[in-house]
Amino acid sequence: MSQSFPIDAIRAQFPVLNREVHGKPLAYFDSAASAHKPLAVIEAQAKYLAERHSNIHRGVHALAQEATEAYESARDTVRAHLNAASTKEILFVAGTTDGINLVAQTWGRANLNPGDCIMLTRMEHHSNIVPWQMLAEERGVEVLVVELNEDGTLDGDMFEVHLAREPKLVAFTHVSNALGTVNDVKTWTKRAHDVGATVLVDGAQAVPHLAVDVHDLDVDFYTFSGHKTYGPTGIGILYGKEALLDAMPPWRGGGEMIDTVSFEKGTTFNELPYKFEAGTPHISGGIALGASLDWMNEVGLAALTGHEHVLTMHAHDVLADIDGLTFYGTAPCKAGVVSFLVDGVHPYDLGTLLDQLGIAVRTGHHCTEPLMDKLGIPGTVRASFGAYNTVEEVDRLAAGVRRAVSMLR
Amino acid sequence: MASVIDARQEEIAEEFAMFGDWMEKYEHIISLGKELVPLDDADRVDDNLIKGCQSRVWLAAKKGVQGHVVFHADSDAIITKGLAALMVRVLSDAPAGDIAKADLTFLDEIGLHSHLSPTRSNGLQAMVKQMKLYGLALTAQG
Repeated sequence: MSQSFPIDAIRAQFPVLNREVHGKPLAYFDSAASAHKPLAVIEAQAKYLAERHSNIHRGVHALAQEATEAYESARDTVRAHLNAASTKEILFVAGTTDGINLVAQTWGRANLNPGDCIMLTRMEHHSNIVPWQMLAEERGVEVLVVELNEDGTLDGDMFEVHLAREPKLVAFTHVSNALGTVNDVKTWTKRAHDVGATVLVDGAQAVPHLAVDVHDLDVDFYTFSGHKTYGPTGIGILYGKEALLDAMPPWRGGGEMIDTVSFEKGTTFNELPYKFEAGTPHISGGIALGASLDWMNEVGLAALTGHEHVLTMHAHDVLADIDGLTFYGTAPCKAGVVSFLVDGVHPYDLGTLLDQLGIAVRTGHHCTEPLMDKLGIPGTVRASFGAYNTVEEVDRLAAGVRRAVSMLR
Repeated sequence: MASVIDARQEEIAEEFAMFGDWMEKYEHIISLGKELVPLDDADRVDDNLIKGCQSRVWLAAKKGVQGHVVFHADSDAIITKGLAALMVRVLSDAPAGDIAKADLTFLDEIGLHSHLSPTRSNGLQAMVKQMKLYGLALTAQG
C-alpha cells in the first residue's frame, strides 16, 4: 500500500465500518453499486436539516437565504470539481439515470429525427441504453453499437466504422461498471466531434475514482450520481455546455423552472440552470453531495486513484492463481473494479458464501445484460473498491473465494 | 391433525438443528443441491423457467394420485438448487389444498429466511408462489 495514504484515518471516518456482518468484520467491496458515507457528509446533511432547512430561492427570510446559499455553494463546488465554466452548466438531477433521461427527452426530442442514427457501446449500463432505445423506437432512430476487444476496451476500428455513418449522438461510459475499463474520453470525444456528433458521457463510475475535467475532455454532456461519490442517494449532476442547455426545451414543468405563468399570455421559463429544475429539489442531498466532493478533494484525488489502483492490482495478483478463475475486463487502464468467474461455480453461490464471511461483493449482470450476453455468461462476481478498502481486506476476499470454491465444487 | 407438510417441515428443522455453524449448514444445502436429481431435458424448458435476476429456477409440476401434486425443481446455482430441493421435499406429493395454503416456516427456523426475500432475486420466492398456484389450480379442479 502507498505509504502516504492515511488508510486508518480514512477508515475512522466511516461509521459503518465498525459493524459486523454475520459475526465478521465487514469487508465492503460494493462501492461501485453505492459507496459508504464519511462523517463529513453525514454531518453536513444532518446539520443542514437540523439548523438551516427551508425551501430555497424566492424566500425573503433568513433561513431561506441560508439554505439557498448552501445549495448554490454546493453547485459551485461541483462546478469547480468538474472544471466547468459556469454554474449555469451544472444541473442538479436525481442521479446518472435521471441525467441521461433528461438529455434524451430534451436534447434528444429536439434533435433526433427519423433516419438518424446514434451510437452506444456494448459496455453501457442499462441506464445509458434504455432511455435511448425508448426514444429511438419512438422516433425511428437507429442505434449503432460499438463492440469490445477481448480485454474489454472499445473496438476502435468499429468506432470509426460507425462514425462514418455520422451519428447525431455518441453516448458512452467513462468507466465500465462491470469491467472497470477506463475509456479514453478525450480521444473518442474528439473523433465524435469531427463528424459533428454530440457527446454524452456516463461518469457514474469515473467521478468516484478519477479527476474529471469536462473542459479538457470537451464533452457536451457529463453525468454522475452523488451516492457513488460518498454522498447521498437521490441526487446527482448533469453537466452540459451552456449553449446546448440554453437551446434545449425544458422537460419537467412546475415550480422553480418557470419565469412567469399565465393562462392568457402563456408561460415563460427561468434561466439556466433552473430551467431544468422543476419542483423543490433534494436540498439536503445537494448540500451533502458538495460535502462529499470536498471530502474527496481533502483526501486528494491523485492519492485516491493511486490507492484504488494498488487495490485493483493486488486483487488481480491474489485472485489470479485460483484454479479455474477467469477475469472479465483486463484493459491496461482500469478503475476500481475486478470482475471474475470461477469454473463450475455460479456467481450467486460464491456471493452467498462470501456474505457469510462478512465480505460484500456484487453478483449478477450488473445492469449490463447486453455485455453479459455477448460474453456468453450469466453474470460475474464483482469486487469494487473505495477509499476505505485495504490490502488486508483484498487478501480476505481471496481467502474467502478459495474457501467458498472448495465448498462448492 | 398436523398436515404432512408441517411434519416434513419439523423434520427439516430437526435435521438442521444438528449443525453447529453456518458452514456446516451451507455444506448440507450444497450437498442437497448436488444430490437433487437433475430435471429431465423435457422439463428443463423455458415454459418451466422461473427467472430470477441472480439465479434461474426450473419447476415442473405433475398430477399425482389422490389429488396430490408432484414437483421437480432444478437451478443453475447450487445453493438455490439445495434450497429448491428442500421446498420440493416439503411440498411435493402433498394434497393440492395443503400446498395452496402451506405456511412455510422452516426457512425461518433454520435461519435461511433471507433466501426467500425478493432482494435476493434468486427465483425461490417466485418458485414457492408458483408451487402454491399449482396447488390452488388443482384444488379448484377438485
